[in-house]
Amino acid sequence: MSTATETQRKAPAGERVADWADGRLGIYGLAKANMRKIFPDHWSFMLGEICLYSFIIIILTGVYLTLFFHPSMNEVVYHGSYEPMQGIRMSEAYASTLDISFDVRGGLLVRQIHHWAAVIFLAGMFVHMFRVFFTGAYRKPREINWLFGFLLFVLGMFTGFTGYSLPDDLLSGTGVRFTQGAILSMPIVGTYISMFLFGGEFPGGDIIARFYSIHILLLPGIMLGLVVGHLILVFFHKHTQFAGPGRTNKNVVGMPLLPVYMAKAGGFFFLVFGFIAIIAGIASINPIWALGPYRPDQVSTGAQPDWYMGFAEGFVRVMPGWEINLWGHTLVLGVLIPLVLFGVILAALALYPFIESWITGDKREHHILDRPRNAPTRTALGVAWVTIYFVMLIGGGNDIWATHFSLSLNAISWFVRIAFFVGPVLAFVVTRRICLGLQRRDKEKVLHGRESGTIKRLPHGEFVEIHEPLGQGQLHTLTAHEQYKPLEIGPTVDENGVERKPSALQKVRARLSRSYYGENNQIAKPTAEEYKEITSGHGHH
Amino acid sequence: MSSQQIPEENLPVEQGTAHGAVEGAGDPFADPGLPAHKPRIQDIDERAANRSERAVALLFTLSMLATVGFIASYVIFPVDKIVYIWPFGHVSALNFSLGLTLGLALFLIGAGAVHWARTLMSDVEVADDRHAIEATPEVKAKVMADFADGAKESAIGRRKLIRNTMFGALALVPLSGVVLLRDLGPLPEKKLRKTLWAKGKQLVNMNTMEPLRPEDVVVGSLTFAMPEGLEEDAHDFQTQIAKAALMIIRIEPDNIKDKREREWAHEGIVAFSKICTHVGCPISLYEQQTHHVLCPCHQSTFDLSDGARVIFGPAGHPLPQLRIGVNSEGNLEALGDFEEPVGPAFWERG
Amino acid sequence: MKKLSARRRHPLAAVVVLLLALAATGGLYAAFAPAGKAQADETAQSLAIDEGKKLYSVGCASCHGSGGQGTTDGPSLVGVGSAAVDFQVGTGRMPAQQPGAQVPKKKVIYSQAEIDQLAAYVASLGAGPITPTGSQVDPAGADVAKGGDLFRTNCAQCHNFTGKGGALTNGKYAPDLEGVSPKHIYEAMQTGPQSMPSFPDSTMPEQEKKDIIAYIKTVNGDESEDPGGLSLGGLGPVSEGLFGWIFGLGGLIAIAVWVAAHTAKAKKS
Repeated sequence: MSTATETQRKAPAGERVADWADGRLGIYGLAKANMRKIFPDHWSFMLGEICLYSFIIIILTGVYLTLFFHPSMNEVVYHGSYEPMQGIRMSEAYASTLDISFDVRGGLLVRQIHHWAAVIFLAGMFVHMFRVFFTGAYRKPREINWLFGFLLFVLGMFTGFTGYSLPDDLLSGTGVRFTQGAILSMPIVGTYISMFLFGGEFPGGDIIARFYSIHILLLPGIMLGLVVGHLILVFFHKHTQFAGPGRTNKNVVGMPLLPVYMAKAGGFFFLVFGFIAIIAGIASINPIWALGPYRPDQVSTGAQPDWYMGFAEGFVRVMPGWEINLWGHTLVLGVLIPLVLFGVILAALALYPFIESWITGDKREHHILDRPRNAPTRTALGVAWVTIYFVMLIGGGNDIWATHFSLSLNAISWFVRIAFFVGPVLAFVVTRRICLGLQRRDKEKVLHGRESGTIKRLPHGEFVEIHEPLGQGQLHTLTAHEQYKPLEIGPTVDENGVERKPSALQKVRARLSRSYYGENNQIAKPTAEEYKEITSGHGHH
Repeated sequence: MSSQQIPEENLPVEQGTAHGAVEGAGDPFADPGLPAHKPRIQDIDERAANRSERAVALLFTLSMLATVGFIASYVIFPVDKIVYIWPFGHVSALNFSLGLTLGLALFLIGAGAVHWARTLMSDVEVADDRHAIEATPEVKAKVMADFADGAKESAIGRRKLIRNTMFGALALVPLSGVVLLRDLGPLPEKKLRKTLWAKGKQLVNMNTMEPLRPEDVVVGSLTFAMPEGLEEDAHDFQTQIAKAALMIIRIEPDNIKDKREREWAHEGIVAFSKICTHVGCPISLYEQQTHHVLCPCHQSTFDLSDGARVIFGPAGHPLPQLRIGVNSEGNLEALGDFEEPVGPAFWERG
Repeated sequence: MKKLSARRRHPLAAVVVLLLALAATGGLYAAFAPAGKAQADETAQSLAIDEGKKLYSVGCASCHGSGGQGTTDGPSLVGVGSAAVDFQVGTGRMPAQQPGAQVPKKKVIYSQAEIDQLAAYVASLGAGPITPTGSQVDPAGADVAKGGDLFRTNCAQCHNFTGKGGALTNGKYAPDLEGVSPKHIYEAMQTGPQSMPSFPDSTMPEQEKKDIIAYIKTVNGDESEDPGGLSLGGLGPVSEGLFGWIFGLGGLIAIAVWVAAHTAKAKKS
């Protein structure tokens, strides 16, 4: 490509470094495809970045904390600088966390950044996941990335839980105790797993060190791999976009990585880090010095896990105490059922994209996002799931709700028990109706134009509001969504008169398809004919 | 279930290609294409652009100052200095100043970069084409052929003995890893069934570390006890207290509804395990008027006047009771170990 | 003075003077006759009991019965001791306003002198824990760390790690201990008001109670230190989670909206 004169000139230093690297890594090839990669602009597309950056912040601060933390359960007598703990027996893990908080300058800040970033990381993943869910961004070709993201959320929960347990304080120790009790409830293997995990009976002397290697090595290692995979896939698939003028399923419209997104995304990292650092400077999180060292015979009221485990806590709290004793064995359903439900409810979320694509039978690529209203059943299912999740969060904090809203603890537990069944159904019905209403409104808007707010009096005295017709861009945007036809099983006798029996699975599928795309479950898009008829003057509003 | 059973016409026309392509120019909803770029003030007014430049530079400069402030705070404030700052309370001066300066130093870099991108970098929207992810049939055919060649050359299909033994070996080898995990802990055996309590062990008040006497325990009071001989500095203190912790209350014998509870008590003094039978929290929210005890973790509620029966919440069975009496010195003592395992239920509990 | 001289000739003036003289003599007598002090104390005590009885019959008898024997509306007060009265009335819980899961803390309506009289009367019904003296409850010099350990063993299960309070069954609750006077904390431990069990001196000696009071005052008072910043109510992960969602994630989303928004165009068209 280059002319003779260009090759003879002395290349600038930066270029020479790049040449050197290209000779070994082939970076020019990579840069050609990615340097001007286009990213669409939408605030909700940055939720994932919040997660990515808080994850990086957690790793950075976590490495710092390992320099001072002693993951040991050896008992020591505290003689550090925090007065109310003088002379108290505690594990080295707890003592070193006190040291980080009171004797290492800036240690408290780093601890608080680490913990706040973890809370925000999980919250960010939750919101990001539901942005993807409600816009249908998980559809082909992104199902695997949905699973990667889901795994990150679940692993994030457990990484968070093990980290919360490390300081060996009274609050987290109580959480570990709960974990051990839950493990014991597993049929047949429970006691063995408990003995192996704790190196003997609870609490033993091993669990902190074991959680430490899980928390700083095993889980973050897997997560780092998943994050990299997640990002590679985002680059490979190119970002989704909302429908709009010039935005098709075959293109992506936005601004280039270099320079705009380099500045915006790079800048956003600093914004997230700075914001979390400010929060860590003004708001305290997990003040372990106030909680005391863990002792299995001490406890405090208000014993909760961090928020992301709260919904599991809710299941455990509101479950009736069922226990079956048969043939010398105990089936601890009161603990086992919540454990199973915890898994089932998460798994439902993970599997949803595959279920939906089975119902639609749609195997095509989708790069244009749905507006939630245009997929009423999906949106309603998502809201129902979120309802269960938040009802259980209330259940998990029932004692705090009770004291702060002057309610009875028992009444809240009953409310949660009932709401677990009623809440999602109600949420489903209401959400779907709202979605259909919004679809109708869109249709009105397309056919009759936007309400201008200007009232006109007609010659015969009638008042009408003038509707302004929409621009071409808006007309296109509001009619760009896909509408599936419900699946019919078809005649049970084929043309040759041979009886054809649809399988049970086919019937289920047809039924589900009707509930998604049946007559009353989506509003037919305005057609060009309808539009032309109205705008040509025949239709009156 | 495959997709072949869904008739093609059930699927909607693909998004973004429906209009124009199908109905041509007559479609009122046709995609008008990307709107023309409209300039920002900075694009047409050089002075506005210069203002933006100064704003970005100011943000970066302030960030530098904040970093200087961070280092200064680190040096100036002693680690234990507490100051009152409204509305945050009596906070660590160091934590507060470090958090704020570090936060600002980072935030301002980000704010500068974003302001730069928003006001000075091009905001012309560009469309980039997507390419099919699936390989073309030719590529796929080539890959399949290559794979078939490779498989054939390896003879894995023909030499079944090699294939089967290889799978066997690969399946077995991870077992070594599993076996290595065996020494993570001991087998459960009867460990969960036994506690330190035994006949003749005195009940030691956990506040005073003195043996409890019946006259110390009055109706309406709550006391916690552990077995004599267990020292706080013992290496297995935590493990032992996790099973042996006791909750001691006194109920007028006539108010004890459960016959066995009354018999196992000493003049109305009853000793229950402090470890919840749900998942093992130390349960001890004792309401002395009703004799109900609530677990702070999951709200299981037990009636201590009725054999610690579960009256609410997720616990599946009553709290175990320890049989107590008085020894020759007039101190309370255990008359044996618990007759059932304390703490959470498990498969072998029965 | 003019008013006073005008009333010198009032028919009751003589009585007033006589009474004043008697009081003065009595006071002098009491001051100068140490041998008879016990006697005088007893008299003062019986006076207080009489006064207390009057107050009792007006404010308390309707629920607790005319002789403190208790009714369906209120428990017997025989043997609860003066400490219980001082706590219940001194924190405004008694007299109770309405029946409910629990009688809450309210504005105190009796003066301390009246509370002492009531306490004296109730104590006379049957022996019970006596109101502690100032030195008994003074946490000065107590062991805060030991108090913390005792607090976590005996108190935190209901009152939370730092005494912020917590829920009990059916709408009952353990109150926040912030701002509760050392005397009232001591009395609560001594007497076990309402749902709370008692922690008598026989199982929790006076010094340990002082340690606990010292701990509460250190971690849950106006001057308590929260090195990390906002304590968010001291409630643990629930309030931290809410803060993280609303301010943490909420703030970051607001920033994301700014980052992603298009810059204002030069002119609208």
